[in-house]
Amino acid sequence: MKITRWRIFGFQIGAVILALLFTTGVLLIAGAPPLQAYLYVIKGALSSITNISNVLSAWAPLLLTTSGVLITFAAGLWNIGIEGQIMMGAIFTTGALRLLLNSTVPSGWILVIGFLAGMVGGAIWAALAGVLKTFGGVNEIFGGLGLNFVATAFALYLIIGPWKRPGIASTSGTLMFPRKLWLPTLPKIQFSVWALGLGILVVILVYFLLRGTHFGLRLKAVGKNAKAALLMGVPTWQYSMFAFLLCGLFAGLAGAIQVTSVYHRLTPAISSGYGFLGLMVAMLINYQAIWAAPVALFFAALNIGGIQLPIMLKLDSSLSGVLQGILVLFILMVEGARQRLFRER
Amino acid sequence: MNSSSVLLGLAGVLYGAAPIMFAVIGETITERAGIINLSMNGTILLSAMGGFAAAVGTGSIVLGFLAGALIGALVALVVAFSSITLKQSQVAVGFVLALLCRDLSYFLGHPFISKAGPRLNIIPIPYLSGIPILGTLFFKQDMMTYLSIIIIFLVWFWIFRTRPGLMLRGIGERPAAAYVRGANVNRLRYLYTIIGGAVAGLAGPTFSLSVKAGWAASLSGLDGYGWIALSITIFGGWNPFRAALGVYLFSFLQWLGLVLQPFLPSIPTQVLQVAPFPLMILTLLLVNISDAEWVERILAAMPEKARRWMMKVLRALRASPPAGLGVPFESE
Repeated sequence: MKITRWRIFGFQIGAVILALLFTTGVLLIAGAPPLQAYLYVIKGALSSITNISNVLSAWAPLLLTTSGVLITFAAGLWNIGIEGQIMMGAIFTTGALRLLLNSTVPSGWILVIGFLAGMVGGAIWAALAGVLKTFGGVNEIFGGLGLNFVATAFALYLIIGPWKRPGIASTSGTLMFPRKLWLPTLPKIQFSVWALGLGILVVILVYFLLRGTHFGLRLKAVGKNAKAALLMGVPTWQYSMFAFLLCGLFAGLAGAIQVTSVYHRLTPAISSGYGFLGLMVAMLINYQAIWAAPVALFFAALNIGGIQLPIMLKLDSSLSGVLQGILVLFILMVEGARQRLFRER
Repeated sequence: MNSSSVLLGLAGVLYGAAPIMFAVIGETITERAGIINLSMNGTILLSAMGGFAAAVGTGSIVLGFLAGALIGALVALVVAFSSITLKQSQVAVGFVLALLCRDLSYFLGHPFISKAGPRLNIIPIPYLSGIPILGTLFFKQDMMTYLSIIIIFLVWFWIFRTRPGLMLRGIGERPAAAYVRGANVNRLRYLYTIIGGAVAGLAGPTFSLSVKAGWAASLSGLDGYGWIALSITIFGGWNPFRAALGVYLFSFLQWLGLVLQPFLPSIPTQVLQVAPFPLMILTLLLVNISDAEWVERILAAMPEKARRWMMKVLRALRASPPAGLGVPFESE
């Protein structure tokens, strides 16, 4: 067993090296100095307190989405609709904050209500994908994709229509909320301990839920073989539905965090792609919750680090996405190659 | 609005549908062979960028389209290799490629943003373009629009009227049976995945060299079309004719959204642009719903006449995927 473990590790290192080689090749094709580009990405993520706090701010929602899809993956579901669930969470949070903005409710409570509303919004959107799947036979991938577009359209409608900024209607976003409705941050730094605390709490919760509970075990049984699970007396569709709901709750929470601690308003791109990125993280760690936190942190650092590239080297910031994507692809392919070479299936 | 502008609008529906048609037909070929190529969104973006770059670089619009097809084929090759040879999840690999190719297109396409490039000319077909109504609609288009219409018939004929087409259906439907009859299932799956990818790869240049000429990275407005194409493929029930109907319906609804815009000033353009999506979900629901248990129960409770009518409607809408879709094949 020990040899196998080392072998897996060796292959994974190989995948990382391949990914770096590929990305270096892409940089060379673009006519950019590779070493300098990598250096700027690292600097962009780590060189100042502001950068580090930005990385941590990106880590929080990514932790939540990764945790969410770990649950749906455990149930054998591809929750591609997670982007829309983040969006709905953000919409519900914004709605709640707007509603209570001029009320006598203390701002702390408004934030709590906003977070709860966001969770409800995400859960509703996830439940919709679940209902379409369980009662309509619509594959969750396609139902989810459709719902993503609908959520974005709804946000756009609200931003240009009923929630438009006084005077100008622009797709850039709604009016910024007053500071009292910003999630409290550390002094002088744009970083909320609350958001990160929630993210870490959820990832620990999901780790134990999947590892040590009766519920987690049955969920995995549904994911591995739904028919067998049903025969064993597991209420299959209820478990799938519950997985969707939990994931939606976490995605909605991520949306609430984006509104209250990052953008302080509703924008059409408020999810920042963290839903899809969460799916990538989950695939990279082979669906094992124990690795979710460090890998999500690494991906968050890449995302923030890439922002420097357009200014410093006149390159597009999507280099981070290229590196993330090729890393996941090579990890998948190298794992397949290892199984093929050593006949382990 | 007068009748001639409606006619031009409808001709525009055919023209605007062309890129999506290539994607949907390409995916239909691939899925008929039992492989899901989920990378479509990335394929379209990368082939749009690559095709535009090739056309700008070489000055040849034909090379632009060839580059697009080549990129589509290469991406499909990665899907085929990962899923057939390395036995990894088709959905996982396709999804990663969808994101990776999108980011690659944005990164590598950076120097080409807002560059002037060639654009496909309209080639009226002699004599036929003079026919009233039909001439404007079908025979005053560009090369790719013609091809997008021809390919529907071509692929339908191949799948349903030829021997190799029968084999294609076989490896998607019952790979084990096809294998016994002498088909090299996995080699054919490779072949059709790559061909399907190449056809889908024409979608990108059809955007960047014709329908939405130019390259503007995320502002090109191409992000999302691949996901739509995947949904339309399901709506199309893996039949080129029905798939074409779905594509034209989608394109028509988008045009309708633009036309209705002045009459609905309170609804922003972007919202009307995505109006087809809820409809798409609804159609997917209708396509699949006859399999649901509760529908059967409701049907059973209906009076005889209504039930028969409902069953007919549901059966007409229904589309079952190839039975071997997404299932790896091993010869032992």
